[in-house]
Amino acid sequence: MANIEYSTEEAIPFWRDERILRILGQAVFLVVTVSFFAYLYNNMMTALEAQGMLPSFKFLTHTAGFDIGESFIEYDRSDTYGRALLVGLINTIYVSIVGIFFATILGVVLGVSRLSNNFLVAKLSSIYLEILRNIPLLVLLIFWYSGVFIALPRVKEAINWGSVYLSNRGLAIPWGIPTETWGIYTIILLFALIFALVVSWRLNIIGERTGRPPLRILWVPLSFFTVAIIGWILLPQAPLVLDKPELTGLNFSGGYVFTPEFMALFSGLVIYTAAFIGEIVRAGIMSVSKGQHEAAKALGFTTLQTLRLVVFPQAMRVIVPPLTSQYLNLTKNTSLAVAIGYPDLFAVGGTTLNQSGRAVEVITLMMGLYLLSSLITSVFMNFYNNKIKLVER
Amino acid sequence: MTTSTTETLLPPTEKYTILGWIKRNLFNSIGDSILTIVAFLLTFVLLKSTLSWAFQEAEWTVIVDNLKLFMVGRYPAEELWRVWAVLYLLAGVIGFLWGAWVKGNERVGYVLIGMPIFLALLPFTMEVRLLILAVDLIGFLGVILGRRDNESFKKWSIIALLLYFPIGIMIIGGIGEGGLLPRVKPDLWGGLMLTILLAVIGIIFSFPIGVGLALGRQSDLPIITWFSVGFIELVRGVPLITILFMMDLMLPLFLPATIRIDSVMRAFVAITLFSAAYMAENVRGGLQSIPKGQYEAAHALGLSSFAAMAFIILPQALKAVIPILVSQFIGLLKDTTLVMILSLFDVLGIGKSVLGNPDYVGTSKEVYVFIAALFWVLSYGLSYASQRLETSLGVGER
Repeated sequence: MANIEYSTEEAIPFWRDERILRILGQAVFLVVTVSFFAYLYNNMMTALEAQGMLPSFKFLTHTAGFDIGESFIEYDRSDTYGRALLVGLINTIYVSIVGIFFATILGVVLGVSRLSNNFLVAKLSSIYLEILRNIPLLVLLIFWYSGVFIALPRVKEAINWGSVYLSNRGLAIPWGIPTETWGIYTIILLFALIFALVVSWRLNIIGERTGRPPLRILWVPLSFFTVAIIGWILLPQAPLVLDKPELTGLNFSGGYVFTPEFMALFSGLVIYTAAFIGEIVRAGIMSVSKGQHEAAKALGFTTLQTLRLVVFPQAMRVIVPPLTSQYLNLTKNTSLAVAIGYPDLFAVGGTTLNQSGRAVEVITLMMGLYLLSSLITSVFMNFYNNKIKLVER
Repeated sequence: MTTSTTETLLPPTEKYTILGWIKRNLFNSIGDSILTIVAFLLTFVLLKSTLSWAFQEAEWTVIVDNLKLFMVGRYPAEELWRVWAVLYLLAGVIGFLWGAWVKGNERVGYVLIGMPIFLALLPFTMEVRLLILAVDLIGFLGVILGRRDNESFKKWSIIALLLYFPIGIMIIGGIGEGGLLPRVKPDLWGGLMLTILLAVIGIIFSFPIGVGLALGRQSDLPIITWFSVGFIELVRGVPLITILFMMDLMLPLFLPATIRIDSVMRAFVAITLFSAAYMAENVRGGLQSIPKGQYEAAHALGLSSFAAMAFIILPQALKAVIPILVSQFIGLLKDTTLVMILSLFDVLGIGKSVLGNPDYVGTSKEVYVFIAALFWVLSYGLSYASQRLETSLGVGER
């Protein structure tokens, strides 16, 4: 064995030298993909030039000329395409945030009740999960819209509880209208928020020192609302007056009206996503070993305490990553609003595209915005995930 | 707890009586009792209103009159035998697979047999019902055949399954003009058939792309990694509907003006690309589940990186991801409904166009409940069968 002589004269031929092969392989890959995409791009440019529609984002400053059903910012048909798209984007963000909030609550309730000792409750929620998880969201949304919300009684025969009206024009509820003191009151609310945060921080320190975490979920909102209510009473004029919806002619005036489009989209997204979140929560709770439940019970914890102090902190580590992807799904699924006529980003984008004929630009813009919102959600959730992650020594 | 008393305690009987069970599971505490009563009332109200709607108010004629449309859309009536042939082939192949591989698992078998029976209960004509029940018969014949010879049939059944998909698509799409199988353009595919085909073709074509992307993402060549990561994250970061929309409007621009591509094909391309990104992430999960020792052992045996990947790592990784692929297929099946927004006539698009007919005004509840039920039966049946089978066959374990 010792006699083997390594020849230094004869170099490895380059087609067997892995260092060269790696670079060569990547170079070939790069050339092929770049020329493939260049070919597609070239075709597109030729076609667009023939139509006289070379890509440019100038159209965003042109007048849109179409109405949008609901908007959080001032908008009318004489505004620009850019502003119309902004309205759509805000609607998308709004539905996503509200949807995520309620879907999480409903999902946790479903996940916990599926594991309940109560046979009926467990079975009911398991039937709910199995039904909702196996039908397409789009079918659910369209059913919800055209089978339920549009099929509600007309305004004249609206179902009502007190000042809440439910009809085929949507859900009308009483709503506060700001008065002159509203400006001062927002400052008080800000102060209440800071106060609540301070309380939360102090309770955390007390919890760490004594080993008995106080019920933050009770005390923090309580301190917020105490300040808010005291401020309300002290102000000479109430900052909000209650405006009740009333029937005038064929529609409601006053109050706030959730349109049937919004109601259908919101409730469809919530009950659909909640089914998936329920499964995730169930899996998370089941991942906490039985010994932990038993130990908590042995220490005299109530069921709620066991869940809050022992099970959930550990289950969260399993729950958060898949929960993140459910949040992302919900955000992306808001785009199905186009099928029921809620003016989200995709619906407004579609109208813009049809009117201006600027397919390439509008699609690029929409994809970019959705990508951005997905990125923001995942950055936020990753930050949260890192915070609750098990600190290993 | 062991005590020193000699007296033998009787087992606690309340566990074994009905009343004891009810007490323990429904009325364990005051809070529990309240929950039970609320849940019971809720169940009662829901069941009563659903059942009275379904059996008294609902007008199911809209479904009865348009069943053919819901199932196959505008597929030419004289070529319908081809759809039946594909269905029978499927039954035969599944029966054959079952016979060769599955022992026991009667419950899953009943679910599979139950699916055609469920379909036959729908208001078809008697002739069509018999044709549907023949699916079960052919499935049984497949099982009997599969049971005959154990070892070699195991291999053959897998080959039959793999061959089934291209053959099935060829039978439905047709080859050439005239002859036994004239071409039926994808534009004419519709209804539930289009929904299923979109999902099946999406999964099949996205599989190799997804495996490639997963390997690319794992590779240590920076350019290839960046490309794969970029593609995967881009596709996963945007809604499917934007990809469908983009392909629908931009694919004709990308291709030279001489090539025309119909809208169903554009949807196929979009769904394949979409599915490939998710496939890549699933396969990556499988690749990551392979312990490092396997790579090292393969290299120690003198296999090149390529050979180690192809013969050692990938087969194990792919076996581990089979169950996830089934759930991806179910997800894709549900997602294909989005092509309705591009005005294609999948089962949901058909539903919408049927509702546009003035004869069927006010029947949207019936139509959408029917469509939802179709999807529910398909995807619940699939996920139930795959969950049961994967534990008993050890698929998904390494």
